[in-house]
Amino acid sequence: MKIHEYQGKEILRKFGVATPRGIPCFSVDEAVKAAETLGGKVWVVKAQIHAGGRGKGGGVKLARSLDEVRQHASGILGMQLKTHQTGPEGQKVRRLLIEDGADIKKEYYVACLTDRATQKVAMMASSEGGMDIEEVAHKTPEKIIKVFIDPLVGISDAQALELAKGIGVPETSIPQAVDTFKKLYTCYMETDASLAEINPLILEGNGNIKALDAKFNFDSNALYRQPEIVACRDLDEEDPDEIEASKFDLAYISLDGNIGCLVNGAGLAMATMDTIKLFGAEPANFLDVGGGATTEKVTEAFKIMLRNPKVKGILVNIFGGIMKCDTIATGVVTAAKETHLSVPLVVRMKGTNEDLGKKILAESGLPIIAADTMAEAATKIVAAVK
Amino acid sequence: MSILINKDTRIITQGITGKTGQFHTEKCIEYANGKNCFVAGVNPKKAGEKIFDVPIFATVKEAKQATGATVSVIYVPPAGAADAIWEACEADLDLAICITEGIPVRDMLIVRNKMKQKVAKGGKETLLLGPNCPGLITPDEVKIGIMPGHIHRKGRIGVVSRSGTLTYEAVAQLTEIGLGQSSAVGIGGDPINGLKHIDVMKMFNDDPDTDAVIMIGEIGGPDEADAARWCKDNMKKPIVGFIAGVTAPAGKRMGHAGALISGGADTADAKLAIMEECGFKITRDPSVMGKLLKSLL
Repeated sequence: MKIHEYQGKEILRKFGVATPRGIPCFSVDEAVKAAETLGGKVWVVKAQIHAGGRGKGGGVKLARSLDEVRQHASGILGMQLKTHQTGPEGQKVRRLLIEDGADIKKEYYVACLTDRATQKVAMMASSEGGMDIEEVAHKTPEKIIKVFIDPLVGISDAQALELAKGIGVPETSIPQAVDTFKKLYTCYMETDASLAEINPLILEGNGNIKALDAKFNFDSNALYRQPEIVACRDLDEEDPDEIEASKFDLAYISLDGNIGCLVNGAGLAMATMDTIKLFGAEPANFLDVGGGATTEKVTEAFKIMLRNPKVKGILVNIFGGIMKCDTIATGVVTAAKETHLSVPLVVRMKGTNEDLGKKILAESGLPIIAADTMAEAATKIVAAVK
Repeated sequence: MSILINKDTRIITQGITGKTGQFHTEKCIEYANGKNCFVAGVNPKKAGEKIFDVPIFATVKEAKQATGATVSVIYVPPAGAADAIWEACEADLDLAICITEGIPVRDMLIVRNKMKQKVAKGGKETLLLGPNCPGLITPDEVKIGIMPGHIHRKGRIGVVSRSGTLTYEAVAQLTEIGLGQSSAVGIGGDPINGLKHIDVMKMFNDDPDTDAVIMIGEIGGPDEADAARWCKDNMKKPIVGFIAGVTAPAGKRMGHAGALISGGADTADAKLAIMEECGFKITRDPSVMGKLLKSLL
C-alpha cells in the first residue's frame, strides 16, 4: 500500500525525523491560508499523488508571495499530472502540500528496504540525492553505499556512521545524519514498511539534516496490525477495478491489451498472460481467483473484467486442484448468463473433475470454445478476437 | 529415493484443527502411505484429543518426543505462523513446511534470522519450505501440502517452482506423456522464504533417482539466476526452465508478494537469458514444458 508524501512526513516526524513544516490542503483557499499560517517568505506548492517524478511533471512549484501560492495552487490542483510513473493519461491532483521553503546546501538519498538475498534490511544512501536512484545505480554504482541490518540486532552506530561518512556528510552534521538513519530504520520496522525512501534528504545552510520528501510502501500482509497506516489509504489514487476486485478477495490488475483472463494461482495467471502474448495478442488484465473460488467469486470476476471496454474476448484457464473443475464450470456458465456475455469465451480446464466440468460447459447452450492446452486456448482466443 | 521426504517420513501437523488444516490433513492421510506418515497434530487447547485418529499434542516438542516425527507442516493463520515455524525449529525438526499465505514480511525476516542465528551458535538446522507454498510430494509415497495427489505419478523427473498451480501444470504435462516424478516441490511465492531454487536443484542433482528437472520461476528477486549460475558449474542433469511474467509490468505486484519487478535484472526476460546461458533448455510456452523435457532424455 502506498501513501502520500505529506502522510509519509507525518510518520517520519512521529519517529523523530526532521522535515520542513507543512500543511496538507484540498483547495486553493486552504493553500493560501496554509502559507499564511506557516509564515515566512518562500513556500513550496507540492502536488500530492502517489506517483514519483512530480517535479519534472510540473507538480512542484516555488512561491515567493501569497499571490504566487494562489497562482501555483490553482494551476496544480485538478491538473492531470503526468510523470514517468503515472502512464500517459496522468493522475488527477486532488491534494496539495504547502511547505516552508528550504535552504538546500546539498541533497542526499537514503532508503530502507528488505533484501531478499541476504534476508536482512538494506539501508542504502547516496551523495547523489534528488535524482532517479535507478539511474545513479546504473551510471555510478560506486556512489551508492549499502549496509545490511540484522533485524535481531537493529542498526548499529557503526553502520549509520558508515553511511553518513560514505555519502560525504560534513563532520559537524554527522551526528544528525546518524540519528536520522537510526530513526528511519526504527520507522521502517515498526510500520511494517516494504520501502521507506527519503529523496532528497537535505543538508541545510545551517547544518541541519531534513527529509524533503518521503516515499513509503507498506506490506499488505501486515496492514491488519497497522490501523494508522490503513487510515492513510487514498482510494482516489487506486484503480477502481482493483478496489472492487479486492472486496471479493480477487487479485486483479488492469493491463493494456484486449483479452481478459481469469486464472487460479498467481504463477499460472502470469503464464497465461505470457501465452496470450506469445500467440500474438495482449492480456487486458491479471486476475487470480485464488484457491477457494465460488460461483459468486467467478461471477464478480467476470463483471470486473467486462467493465473494461477494451476487452474483446475472455480466456479462462483453471487448474483444478482443491478447486474442482465442475464448480468453476458452473460459475463460468452462471457468470456468462448473468453478464449477458457478448464477447468470445475460451475455457481451458485441467485437473480434478475435468470431464464433469467440460460436460457442464458443453451442455450450457452457450457458445463456449473449449481448449485442452494453454497454447490451444491462447490460439483460439487470439483468433476469435481478430 | 526422492528428496526431503519419503514413505517413512513421520509428520506433525501444526494447525491441524483449523478449517484448512483439517481439510488438507484428511486428503494427505488418504494419499499413498499418508495414514502411517501423519502421526501427530498440535493445538495447545486440544491436547489429548484426536482428529482423523491422529493424536493432538500441546507443543511440537511433545509431539516429536511421543512419535519420533522429524517433519512438520504448518497451516497456522498468518498472525501466528512465524511463531509456529520457530516452534518447529526449536524442537529441532529436520524440516518445516509452511503452507500459510499472507505472513507479514517482518515476521518472516525475524524468524529467518533467528533460525540462522541458532545454526551459527551450533544448534541443529531446521530446513524451511515456504511459506505461501503448496508443499511437496513424493508420488506414491507421501504428499505433504495442498496439491492434488491424483495428477502425480511415480517416476524420475524432479519439479521445482514458486507457484502452486504452475507446478501442477508441469506435473500434469509430465504424467500425460508417461513421465513420472521423483519429487515435486513448491518453494512458495513470498520474498522472504526458506529453501530456494538453488537448494532444491542441489538436492535433485544428488538424488540418484532423479534424471532431469523442470525448474519454474517468476519475475522478482535473484533466486532463479543464482540457481542457474550454480547449475552451470555443477548440475549433471538436463533442466527445462520457464519463467512466468514476461508480460508483467514493473512496479505492479502480480499476486505473489515476491512477484514484483524492482530493478532491471529480475524481469522474466533477464532470468530466461541467464538460464539459457547456463545451459537450461528454456521455453516461453508453458504448454510444452513436459514435451521439451522428454526431448532431453
